[in-house]
Amino acid sequence: MSKIDVEMTVNGEAVTASVEPRTLLIHFLREHLNLTGAHIGCETSHCGACTVDLNGRSVKSCSVFVGQAAGKSVTTIEGIAHPDGTLHAIQEAFRQHHGLQCGFCTPGMITRAYRLLQENPSPSDEEIRYGISGNLCRCTGYQNIVKAIRAAATELSAKEAAE
Amino acid sequence: MIPGPFEYHRPASLPEAVSLMASHGDEALVIAGGHSLIPMMKLRMAAPGHLVDLQDLDDLKGIAVAEGQIRIGAMTTQHDLIDSEALSGACPIIRETALQIADPQVRYVGTFGGNIANGDPGNDMPALMQVLDATYHLKGPDGDRTVQARDFYQGAYFTAREDGEILTQVSFAAPPAGHGSAYMKQKRKIGDYATAAAAVVLTLSGGTCTAASIGLTNLSETPLFVEAAGAALVGTTLDSTAVAEAVAAAKAVCNPAEDGRGPKDFRTHVAGVMVQRAIETARTRAA
Repeated sequence: MSKIDVEMTVNGEAVTASVEPRTLLIHFLREHLNLTGAHIGCETSHCGACTVDLNGRSVKSCSVFVGQAAGKSVTTIEGIAHPDGTLHAIQEAFRQHHGLQCGFCTPGMITRAYRLLQENPSPSDEEIRYGISGNLCRCTGYQNIVKAIRAAATELSAKEAAE
Repeated sequence: MIPGPFEYHRPASLPEAVSLMASHGDEALVIAGGHSLIPMMKLRMAAPGHLVDLQDLDDLKGIAVAEGQIRIGAMTTQHDLIDSEALSGACPIIRETALQIADPQVRYVGTFGGNIANGDPGNDMPALMQVLDATYHLKGPDGDRTVQARDFYQGAYFTAREDGEILTQVSFAAPPAGHGSAYMKQKRKIGDYATAAAAVVLTLSGGTCTAASIGLTNLSETPLFVEAAGAALVGTTLDSTAVAEAVAAAKAVCNPAEDGRGPKDFRTHVAGVMVQRAIETARTRAA
């Protein structure tokens, strides 16, 4: 089967590869680029564990072919922390508020929360719950995830106001 | 789960897309958002040899609301529909429906045209398009043609669209100013298809209903436009007798699949409840 050449930006770096068209974005990230932060959960676009940011939109990378992402910019959980290695406010808030237990859903949750707060910097609890309704967590009962996102929103707004 | 192999094409123009579809015949499928197609390819329920990705066709994107007419490009995403103030002003039921489709990630990618042309009885837009009496615009190797939403759906995944044809846009008259509408969907969880859903658009004049249109989602192999249900409301004050008649007319045409969403009787019962609630809500929203 013939391969296609793709180029895209992943976490700020240009990448090129020759891949089978049937390669899914999640497999490309995990197996070709060794970015194993985004997880493979249900593989049917329900659970959200594979969520990445694609051109400023949260997408489930298990349901996107690599060719569809060609020419675009991808941000994974590996690209969320600051370049010096310190945690992003959302990551820090998940740590502080115990917004995870097993951690499997966490990369998807944080990547999705990142985009949610870009679009709505001060969401209500209801808006947070609706905003992360495409991400399943089987441990926490969501309470602390909502708390963490609320705290991160407050922290980020305060930071922005100070700048 | 990895889909079977295929050749990937990303045409830069609509004529190029049509010609790619024509040259590969029934081996080719278009891919819009892909959130219905890719899961089906993983399950080998679809195994196209060629995928024609429509994402670069800007002509197929966008929403135009002008002079009482609404046009929506097939590649417009559900997220774009939700975001459009002009559309929400002229025809708020589209936003209300789009917000009940899948989840935020899927709505960023999933398209209006994909939801309409796929022919899955679980898709929400088809019944709404029948209620709005929308016109579907198709482009194929032999030129352009239109099909009414009410004539488009023939069975589960079977539509009036021929192999090689591409849905380009949908047009319909905006409901009159002051109309009331509601899309009521019962589902087990976020992201699920409807156990039963009902779309209602109606117009009142001095408390009397002058026009009413009612459609049902996921209650048969195709979306259902229930002319008799709308007719039961016209000329009435939407009193309980008229509403009961409309509900009965809607339930009479339901033939839902027996699946995890419940047995036939239950889903038909829920359909009646959705119709009743949609009528009540539309009434409170009508001027």
